[in-house]
Amino acid sequence: MGNNNTAVVSAAFEQLKAAAQQKWEQLHSKPLILVGAATCGRAAGALSLLEEVKTELQKLQLDATVLEVGCMGHCYAEPVMVIYNEGFPTICYGYVKEGVGARIVRDYLTEGDPGIEFALAAIEPNDFFPTFQDFPRGVYENKIVMEQCGFIDPRDIDHYLATGGYSALVKALETTPEEIIETVKASGLRGRGGAGFPTGVKWETCRNSAGDQKYVICNADEGDPGAFMDRTILESNPHLLIEGLAIAARAAGAEKGYVYIRAEYPLAVERVALAVQTAKEKGLLGKSILGSDFNFDIELFQGSGAFVCGEETALIASMEGQPGIPRHRPPFPAISGLWGKPTVINNVKSLSYVPYIINRGAEWFRSNGTEKSPGTAIFALAGKVVNTGLAEVPMSTTLRELIFDVGSGIANGKNFKAVQIGGPSGGCLPEEALDTPIDFDSLTKAGAMMGSGGMVVLDENDCMVEIARFFLDFTQKESCGKCTFCRLGTKHMLDILERITKGRGKPEDIDMLMELASKVREGSLCNLGKTAPNPVLSTLKYFREEYEAHINEGRCPSLMCKDLIAYYILPDKCERSCDACVGSCPVEAIYDNEDRIKVINQEKCVKCDSCMVACPPQYKAVIKVSPPYKVAEMEQERGKK
Amino acid sequence: MSEITITIDDRQISAREGDILLWAALDNGVYIPHLCAHREEEHPSASCRLCFVEMQGRPMPVPACTVKVADGMVVSTRSERVDALVAAGFELIMSNHRLDCKNCAANGSCELQRIAKERKLRLKPKNLPALERDLPVDSSAAGILYDPGKCVLCGHCVLACRSSGRGILGFTRRGYERIVTTFGDAPLGESGCDSCGACAGACPVGAFSTRKAR
Ligand SMILES: Cc1cc2nc3c(=O)[nH]c(=O)nc-3n(C[C@H](O)[C@H](O)[C@H](O)COP(=O)(O)O)c2cc1C
Ligand code: SF4
Ligand code: SF4
Ligand code: SF4
Ligand code: SF4
Ligand code: FES
Ligand code: FES
Repeated sequence: MGNNNTAVVSAAFEQLKAAAQQKWEQLHSKPLILVGAATCGRAAGALSLLEEVKTELQKLQLDATVLEVGCMGHCYAEPVMVIYNEGFPTICYGYVKEGVGARIVRDYLTEGDPGIEFALAAIEPNDFFPTFQDFPRGVYENKIVMEQCGFIDPRDIDHYLATGGYSALVKALETTPEEIIETVKASGLRGRGGAGFPTGVKWETCRNSAGDQKYVICNADEGDPGAFMDRTILESNPHLLIEGLAIAARAAGAEKGYVYIRAEYPLAVERVALAVQTAKEKGLLGKSILGSDFNFDIELFQGSGAFVCGEETALIASMEGQPGIPRHRPPFPAISGLWGKPTVINNVKSLSYVPYIINRGAEWFRSNGTEKSPGTAIFALAGKVVNTGLAEVPMSTTLRELIFDVGSGIANGKNFKAVQIGGPSGGCLPEEALDTPIDFDSLTKAGAMMGSGGMVVLDENDCMVEIARFFLDFTQKESCGKCTFCRLGTKHMLDILERITKGRGKPEDIDMLMELASKVREGSLCNLGKTAPNPVLSTLKYFREEYEAHINEGRCPSLMCKDLIAYYILPDKCERSCDACVGSCPVEAIYDNEDRIKVINQEKCVKCDSCMVACPPQYKAVIKVSPPYKVAEMEQERGKK
Repeated sequence: MSEITITIDDRQISAREGDILLWAALDNGVYIPHLCAHREEEHPSASCRLCFVEMQGRPMPVPACTVKVADGMVVSTRSERVDALVAAGFELIMSNHRLDCKNCAANGSCELQRIAKERKLRLKPKNLPALERDLPVDSSAAGILYDPGKCVLCGHCVLACRSSGRGILGFTRRGYERIVTTFGDAPLGESGCDSCGACAGACPVGAFSTRKAR
């Protein structure tokens, strides 16, 4: 672009920024209360906390601002609230249950008592209270794309502008597309949608493809069950990805962009739509952005939900009004994509790094992570880990650090068994793989994958055969059915796994599974099929003995597979008169024997687990045994006594 | 388009640049198993996964229907890996196929029988159990029979029905449930089908067949 209008662009931008900063300072001139109200916060009661705080302020006639913000990632501690109070440290509170919010606000704002007992951490260093950085989690955490999440109002573009937003777009307008591409290539940014393809190379391919009409698409389909990183960014800082998408468009030579969001994310849809609209109003999108010669517009497209629609060629088909079914690649979308035009498709997270890379430079980005996987990784920690929620850590952090330091280890004092990484087509890695550094290549080598960042921690009570069955059940149901290997191969694999978990496995099943898995991986058309066998292959690699126990002994070592266990009440432990189990049983399977010791009628028992939960912890008389016939042995044994 | 030379199984074959490898091979008498490829379609469906070949310079077998030939290309239609992959794909297809050659309209001209013969594969799966789907035969049209239990989802009938100007057939459902059917799953006889026979002419197996008018 002609350098002659860089002056126009920066003047226009400075004006926007100055107004925003003024508003921002005003906001901080009196107490400010932030309530994390992304979907995760709302599920934990953030909206009623918001009401409670507002009512309290009104009651006390206090002049303070309350804002609904996004999610900081501490989902385990929701609802979360942050209070800025001039002259005091800014504090983040967690587990703010009913009544607590009002109390903190009252004590802090009227008496200067910050209510330390409810605080998670302070936001900035101070003399009284530790910050997040002082906890093990803080040592590893290094927020880039999540830096602002939970600290700015996602519905107010001025918050984004005041904290440095859109300055990268201005920079991009002042340089050439080629230079943007060079910077992104030099940064080594790899796509966070799963495959880890170099983002700069993708943009360059699109730029160099013939044709005037080009498109950029932000893939916000996020179909992995349990994953919500993209949703959090969309809900907490939508302008970040809009800015990233605009820079991508400028680099690739597109004037039209789309955000493909799944319709199951109504709050995200609402916030992104509002963000696009306000960006247009400010002249940051639309014709002649900030007075430059760059035109760029964004439209939202709501995807209807099938998991495979997140695959880029299926996504394009669905945008073209056809069934969301993958096509053979090549041609890759960067050469022939939407309506046959060159199209860049990038994940939400990939695009969210871009403004930071443009502002801070490729070298800075490379100072995080590894040579081949620079930057950070964002995981949705779930399963049997203490601190569930989102964590952004540098690539090269080990799985052990992520689970035991950032996640604070295994919940309920249980033992770690495995971690399932990479979404439904990821792999399960055991204890001995815990020192694997998190990066694209190491995870793949270990038999898992980065995927989109789902991470489910499994403990000693999780059966690995059942886990493999569970994930394969998902991918099998989500297969589009187009190609032979995925449609029929995953079906046969699932049938075998179901058989094994029901105790009807055959010795040859393991070989058959291996054979099918390797063929589905080699033969499938798209990456859904190519990766679907991962959970099976990785559990066979690391936990083969569990498969063998099921098949050869009818035993589920983790006591999880219903058909392979029975409930049994230990006579020596039963307190006799408490009767808690008897009342809990939905099918009246528990009766008193002559000594009033409870006994389970195995014929009647439906294995619902109620009695085990009901039996008071001081007795722990109900146990699970596997294989089920052991119960008869134990009863006989007892009869002899 | 320029004349080029490629090598398939050590044989020199001349073709035109940009031709699809599968057709170049077949037109020169080199057989490669295939069900879903269609000469008139610009973009390959690449869904049956039976036309795998080895290509020099490519680490994994590639479906021949997706390759545009270029000068000097070196291809082999057989290798241990290709044979294993094709055998596995074929066995998967046959595990989901209502096998009844004796009473089948396609007997003798069936592409599945051809593949089995060329590659010395069994029609009846050896290792895999049959997946039964219990799909009823549609005999509602005057001159056409449709047995979805024999369908291998190649898509030829859909294209043929569309080219005939009727466009009654299409794919619906996902995953294992994917099926060729009419709009709203109406029986053929109520869907506007006039038994033109285009589908039966296109079907490489015995799923669509013509029958004598009653
Ligand atoms: C079955 C399947 C589902 C996918 N779902 C998503 C998704 O939800 N979001 C996403 O960004 N990428 C998804 N992908 C990856 C996309 O195809 C594509 O590689 C990605 O959007 C490219 O963006 P990136 O280069 O920024 O990673 C999926 C891939 C497959 C095979
Ligand atoms: S691998 Fe599965 S999802 Fe992908 S095209 Fe084949 S059937 Fe469809
Ligand atoms: S597991 Fe459920 S059904 Fe069985 S005895 Fe206990 S409470 Fe009753
Ligand atoms: S379609 Fe072919 S393989 Fe199937 S029953 Fe008919 S003749 Fe036999
Ligand atoms: S009915 Fe025949 S032509 Fe149509 S998809 Fe099935 S096998 Fe192919
Ligand atoms: S008292 Fe016997 S199980 Fe609870
Ligand atoms: S003919 Fe090539 S995949 Fe079907």
